[in-house]
Amino acid sequence: MTEKAAPDNIEQAPVQNGTVVVKMVHLRKSFENNHVLRDINLVLNKGENLVILGKSGTGKSVLIKCIVGLVDCDYGSLSIFGEDISELSEKELMETRKKIGFLFQSGALYDSMSVRENLQFPLRRQLHSIPKDKMNSLIKEALENVGLAKAIDKTPLELSGGMRKRLGLARTLILKPEIMLYDEPTTGLDPITSKEISKLILEVQQTYNTSSIIITHDMECARLTADRVVVIKDGMCDAEGTFDELKNSTDAWIRSYFE
Amino acid sequence: MEPRIRIRSITREKIEENFLASVFGKFFIEVASLASFTLRFFKEVLKPPYEFNELLKQSFLVGYKSFPLIAITGFIIGLVSTIQSRPTLANFGAVSLLPAMVAVSLIREIGPVITALIFAGKVGSGIGAELASMKVTEQIDAMQVSGTNPFKFLVVTRVLAATLMLPLLAVLADAVGLLGSLVGVNLKGHVSVSFYFSQVFQALRFGDLFPAIVKTFFFGFAIGLIGCYKGYYANTGTEGVGKAANSAVVFASLMVFIIDMIAVQITSLYQN
Ligand SMILES: Nc1ncnc2c1ncn2[C@@H]1O[C@H](COP(=O)(O)OP(=O)(O)OP(=O)(O)O)[C@@H](O)[C@H]1O
Ligand SMILES: [Mg+2]
Repeated sequence: MTEKAAPDNIEQAPVQNGTVVVKMVHLRKSFENNHVLRDINLVLNKGENLVILGKSGTGKSVLIKCIVGLVDCDYGSLSIFGEDISELSEKELMETRKKIGFLFQSGALYDSMSVRENLQFPLRRQLHSIPKDKMNSLIKEALENVGLAKAIDKTPLELSGGMRKRLGLARTLILKPEIMLYDEPTTGLDPITSKEISKLILEVQQTYNTSSIIITHDMECARLTADRVVVIKDGMCDAEGTFDELKNSTDAWIRSYFE
Repeated sequence: MEPRIRIRSITREKIEENFLASVFGKFFIEVASLASFTLRFFKEVLKPPYEFNELLKQSFLVGYKSFPLIAITGFIIGLVSTIQSRPTLANFGAVSLLPAMVAVSLIREIGPVITALIFAGKVGSGIGAELASMKVTEQIDAMQVSGTNPFKFLVVTRVLAATLMLPLLAVLADAVGLLGSLVGVNLKGHVSVSFYFSQVFQALRFGDLFPAIVKTFFFGFAIGLIGCYKGYYANTGTEGVGKAANSAVVFASLMVFIIDMIAVQITSLYQN
């Protein structure tokens, strides 16, 4: 059933050769007097979809920004593929980042570039000499996956909120990273599109054996995608389990998420 | 009553002290962080990989965007300063010196400085606003996450583009300014084109042109760097974008004058 994620538990968590891709131990982060993350202990296993739930402003976005090094944590250790990221050089960090896809909550689209160029950017940057037709077919495929094939020559400013979200998703998925961090992938989308996105997330996981962290407030998305769910409260992992376990939790506060 | 007054005066003293402390503190923090930004620029500009394509694109944008404005301004400045100088020279019966005088002041001082100020207003604020809005909308973070060094891609290219393009634009402004001056001379009286230019080139020396061009590199560098600095460290929120653009122009324009002053001191050392 629901377990409090105790630190000792985590450190004893079975590290079956290379199965843990992200591991956080006693992670803390404060912004001046705002103690956002107090003590986070979390592992992400290879090929797993981990859904993170939590109230708005509890630091879910900050948590995944720590993983890619956009936010430096104050205390604790964070390792990716078994390497402590605080010990990586700038260059190694850059290489590690290339294996991680990050969907920003805000989309973070490049406004000065067209939809096509937004997708070209990560491709050009990471697969330096990629033939033109290969690139075009990758772009086409990525846009079709999120239902944006027609918008290829528009600029992000001409897209609706949901379309921007989907473009952000396409841009992140185009490189097929080993770890995917989705920050609210379905927020602002209609139920039908949300479901398609959830299915896409599952498909990516199954085809490429991607390990993902999915932050969401959308219970339908959580239900469809989650292998494991973690609830964050007061800067700590409050509960952990499968979707059904947490749904039937003895803790009324946790159950209230699922109502 | 007594203690209250005392408390009030103490707090006021405190506030004034803190105010001074905070103003000075802020000033020094700003100077220090600009200095470290500059250092970082020099570190990253030398380190491969180089972003040649982006540099070309930025140079084109920077030059192309400010080209018409600078041309028009240069023309008007040349024209106006000729018209304004004529009466004074006429008093001394030296109207024939008009082309030479205007050309020297245009090329030594007015051309570069006016070009730099317009460049600061157009390009400096543009860079400030662009980077600030990229920062606010997490686009800079997105670049970083996708394994691109945003400092190299955004800052280094823009600073280099500004440094390389401003001298070109200043030469252009000088040339157009001379044309304006030619028109000004011909408004009253007649001076042929060939005579005008022979007069101008007789008056101009290498020592006029060279330092004037050299200082425009510094102007361009300062404008690009300050625009990037203000944008890169903009506060989040839409207000941060406006603030970055605004303070980039103000600060960059001030820097232009400061650099100009230093440059004039240096050139005057070897000119007589
Ligand atoms: N760069 C920052 N500087 C200062 N405070 C920050 C910064 N980023 C986040 N915070 C603070 O950290 C806290 C958590 O923010 P975060 O964005 O992680 O919340 P969240 O859990 O993702 O919420 P939501 O579900 O609304 O997206 C907030 O109180 C926020 O004010
Ligand atoms: Mg968030």
